[in-house]
Amino acid sequence: MTAAITAHSVVEPSSASKRVAGAIVIVYALVSMIPLFWIFATGWKTPPDSISYPPKLVFAPSLEGYCNLFTTRTRQTPEYILGLGPPQTICDRITRQRDMVIAGPSNYAPRFINSLIIAFGSTFCAVVLGVLAAYGFSRFKVPLKDDLLFFILSTRMMPPIAVAIPIYLMYRQLGLSDTAMGMILLYTAVNVSLAVWLLKGFIDEIPKEYEEAAMIDGYTRLHAFFKVVLPQAATGIAATAIFCLIFAWNEYAFAVLLTSGAAQTAPPFIPTIIGEGGMDWPAVGAGTTLFLIPILVFTVLLRKHLLRGITFGAVRK
Amino acid sequence: MSDVLLRNITKRFGTTTAVDHLSLDIADGEFVVLLGPTGAGKTTTLRLVAGLERPDEGEVFIGGERVSQLEPAARDVAFVFQQYSLYPHLSVHENLAFPLKSPVRRLAAAEIDARVKRVAEMLRIQHKLNNKSTQLSGGEMQRVAIGRALVRQPSIYLMDEPLSSLDAKLRGELRLELKRIQQELGATILYVTHDQIEAMTMANRIGVIDGGKLLQIGTPREMFEDPNSAYVAQRLGQPQINLLPAGALPNGRIPDGAVTVGARTEHLDLSKSGSGEGEVEWVEHLGDQIRLHVKLGPHMVTTLVDPDSELVAGDRVAMRLKNPLYFDANGARLRS
Amino acid sequence: MAEIRVENLKKAFGDFVAVKESSFTIPDGSFFCLLGPSGCGKTTTLRMIAGLELPTSGKIFLGGEDVAFKRASERDIAFVFQLFALYPHMNVRRNIGFPLLCQGVPGAEIRKRVEETAKLLRIDHLLDKSVSGLAGGDRQRVALGRAIVRRPLAFLMDEPLGTLDTEFRDLMCEELRQLHNRISATTVYVTHDQLEAMSMADHIAVMNHGVVEQLASPRDIYDRPATVFVASFIGSPAMNLLTVNSRIAKGAKAIDLQGAPIAIPEAREDAPGEKLTLGVRPEHVRFSDSSPFRGEVFGTEYLGTTQIVTVATAQGHLKARLPSQIAVRTGETVGLTLAGERLSLFDAASGRAIRTALYEERPHV
Ligand SMILES: Nc1ncnc2c1ncn2[C@@H]1O[C@H](COP(=O)(O)OP(=O)(O)OP(=O)(O)O)[C@@H](O)[C@H]1O
Ligand SMILES: Nc1ncnc2c1ncn2[C@@H]1O[C@H](COP(=O)(O)OP(=O)(O)OP(=O)(O)O)[C@@H](O)[C@H]1O
Ligand SMILES: [Mg+2]
Ligand SMILES: [Mg+2]
Repeated sequence: MTAAITAHSVVEPSSASKRVAGAIVIVYALVSMIPLFWIFATGWKTPPDSISYPPKLVFAPSLEGYCNLFTTRTRQTPEYILGLGPPQTICDRITRQRDMVIAGPSNYAPRFINSLIIAFGSTFCAVVLGVLAAYGFSRFKVPLKDDLLFFILSTRMMPPIAVAIPIYLMYRQLGLSDTAMGMILLYTAVNVSLAVWLLKGFIDEIPKEYEEAAMIDGYTRLHAFFKVVLPQAATGIAATAIFCLIFAWNEYAFAVLLTSGAAQTAPPFIPTIIGEGGMDWPAVGAGTTLFLIPILVFTVLLRKHLLRGITFGAVRK
Repeated sequence: MSDVLLRNITKRFGTTTAVDHLSLDIADGEFVVLLGPTGAGKTTTLRLVAGLERPDEGEVFIGGERVSQLEPAARDVAFVFQQYSLYPHLSVHENLAFPLKSPVRRLAAAEIDARVKRVAEMLRIQHKLNNKSTQLSGGEMQRVAIGRALVRQPSIYLMDEPLSSLDAKLRGELRLELKRIQQELGATILYVTHDQIEAMTMANRIGVIDGGKLLQIGTPREMFEDPNSAYVAQRLGQPQINLLPAGALPNGRIPDGAVTVGARTEHLDLSKSGSGEGEVEWVEHLGDQIRLHVKLGPHMVTTLVDPDSELVAGDRVAMRLKNPLYFDANGARLRS
Repeated sequence: MAEIRVENLKKAFGDFVAVKESSFTIPDGSFFCLLGPSGCGKTTTLRMIAGLELPTSGKIFLGGEDVAFKRASERDIAFVFQLFALYPHMNVRRNIGFPLLCQGVPGAEIRKRVEETAKLLRIDHLLDKSVSGLAGGDRQRVALGRAIVRRPLAFLMDEPLGTLDTEFRDLMCEELRQLHNRISATTVYVTHDQLEAMSMADHIAVMNHGVVEQLASPRDIYDRPATVFVASFIGSPAMNLLTVNSRIAKGAKAIDLQGAPIAIPEAREDAPGEKLTLGVRPEHVRFSDSSPFRGEVFGTEYLGTTQIVTVATAQGHLKARLPSQIAVRTGETVGLTLAGERLSLFDAASGRAIRTALYEERPHV
């Protein structure tokens, strides 16, 4: 009997309850994965497969969606197509089978790059501002501290879209509409309140004796901040950055309203991918699949920090 | 190394006065211990010297220079905190090297390494240098914390109960070690504790502090044998001094105004006698001490006896006072 | 109330064995201390008794029933944690009453028992205060109150006084012991402070590296240490340990130290090895000019009524506890006598005490 005991602590759940919990988590994960799987699969279908009824679970994978995503095409007569030389790329060949030729690259790549610049740029700004403000609120006697903190939080209380019209007008006046700078400023403004509140919690947990010790040892407060506070707040910073990035990456409403050309991000672009005779679902699936990758990579890289970050402060040692 | 002067410093937090017009001179190379109960203002006093708090009144001088308005980094002091002192994200070596890498010092890497090794050896933690600071036992952590102060040669070392979280054996060892290191380096130390044994064994001078006020300061012997007040007498000595009404025991002359008489073991002559006024209630064997609890009318008197004493519970004893301490109604000492 | 019996209890964390095959019995109603240096496995042992940690192997009997693998909530015990684990959002009354509330005791009954408990601890005037505003000692009393209000089979305490200042700790020690005298609940108390253990316990188990080195009454632990470790852990300063190159056989009444015979309690067994360790408490060393056993005064520590004089001898440093009135100069040569009937002898190789007349006297209980 004793050999079977492996759990160290009775506070730890028994193996039966662990199995039940595991099963629930797996079922939940599967259910929430279905839409993602569907999008992923659609990206590899041909347009007819993508709209066939009943939906196809088994199909011959095709690169057509990815080709259509990155190119614009024009319809030509079969004679003209036969008159061209042999196809140069796989996409050439797939396109010609549909009696079309590639006219040029699509806008997906530049939109994707816009998304990267705007989302990471605004996350960076929000986290930097957030850390500095949170440190200030946590360590200094700020007049009206509680009111200021409440004010910062209150910017999050109404849905951002409620202020869409004034912002639209303001941006037009300032020449910020459809610029990457404008979008970075906007997302930073929305995210910074979240960042300040989250990070203040993390920094409050770091005893101030650490900095005091450093200051007595001959460091300035700024040095102490970089050498002592930042490393210990890394967990919180990572968690905050992920929350900010997810918001900025996925934001749709402002992006539709304020960007249309040069600074358009991927979310408003993807639904506009129109094929002949309606939506080009494989291209949408492919675009969405690619769009998920950066945030997946970022989250996986910071996964350890994130888990600790979410449970941080919940239990006092 | 240089001397440190506190001149009439006061620090208030809202309505509490944590330090109340406190003056203290610490000579170069001296080991001064501030002894006081919780909330007496010991930590606040150290923080005022370090520059982590600014005094509301009064001045701090280090080496003749007025430093009351200087930043901590500019004061050349080292501080060992009561808790939270090691950086959890750094190794033991990095923790020890941290003060030496500061912008005001910027020592060469080889010099830093040499000093870290020397201090680690002094504190017998050289085999732990590569551990993360979270992978240490409590005693080792505290030694690293002390080591972080010792790698520097500041004007003064400020230590806030650095041994309080350790077990008795380790505490005893580190007590001796610290005293030895202080003598070796000729270091000036201001040390705060509520443990009278630490104070007695390490200090050149002990200052008893309560309610933010320095009540008396002197060598351990002066403080123990010649306290100014009943309070100071109670702070030093184990078991605590017995305070009895002045006439409770027969004695020669009682000074005018004496209300209380304080008697420690050395002020009491005990002899077994069937007609004695006291009755031994119990004999407590505390290992290194044997305490006799004697019932004297409504009072209890606690005194030490030799290991070979034959007194047992129920014995009657005669008690005589020998040069006891007298205190007036306010607890102030009356000297005859 | 119940007896607690621990049999071959072992706990390993991966490869690291924190508690090695320990067995001991804690009699019903006794105050039992687990004493040892930091990291020796005291907390782990206690947590296993409490059911917060599962043993790797072994048995724990609580009132005759084997509970080793039962959950904490199925054992009728109360645990006082190292830190003040109070609920900050509740007032004193609700904090003390909380364990009863969990057991579904009716409101009026809770009220009555909380008030009784508060009176016992002399905190009845604080009942409606918030715990966050309380002084350290009162918080500690509330934590105690929460433990005793349930009247459990046993109390388990992990350094409940560790964070208090010395003076207050003495006071709380006395209070705890008086409380124990009043309610006589079986208590297991973990501490690394020997004074706490000495002043409160009926029985002390001295642990080191996961092993119980000795289990006895405080006086026996002090007067008859079973191993060199116990001798060197208990006492401040600890027992002097001098290495002696001499064999003794059963019946020996003296050993040879620097050519001078030193009286020892009569040996009741042969010493197994060539080397012996002689243990002598500082208070059993006296100065005597005529003694052939001599040394040079190395330093003195003033402690008030007494002083500790360190003397350098050929066998190593020896500390003596002497009255402060005796004037001693550093560097002077002094003769030393040892109180022969109180000496301990250990086999230097194994560290175990050699049975002598002292160890065979009827032990104090
Ligand atoms: N930052 C602060 N804000 C408000 N009050 C404070 C502050 N620091 C200290 N105090 C108060 O000043 C008094 C003295 O505190 P201090 O920390 O100096 O005591 P201490 O002698 O070090 O006590 P301990 O032995 O418990 O460490 C206490 O009443 C404390 O509550
Ligand atoms: N969860 C764990 N995982 C690995 N090792 C552990 C764990 N808990 C305790 N230990 C180790 O087991 C040993 C005994 O720990 P325990 O907490 O029982 O010590 P202790 O005697 O209570 O010490 P202290 O007086 O410092 O509280 C220590 O060396 C500790 O590092
Ligand atoms: Mg303090
Ligand atoms: Mg422990």
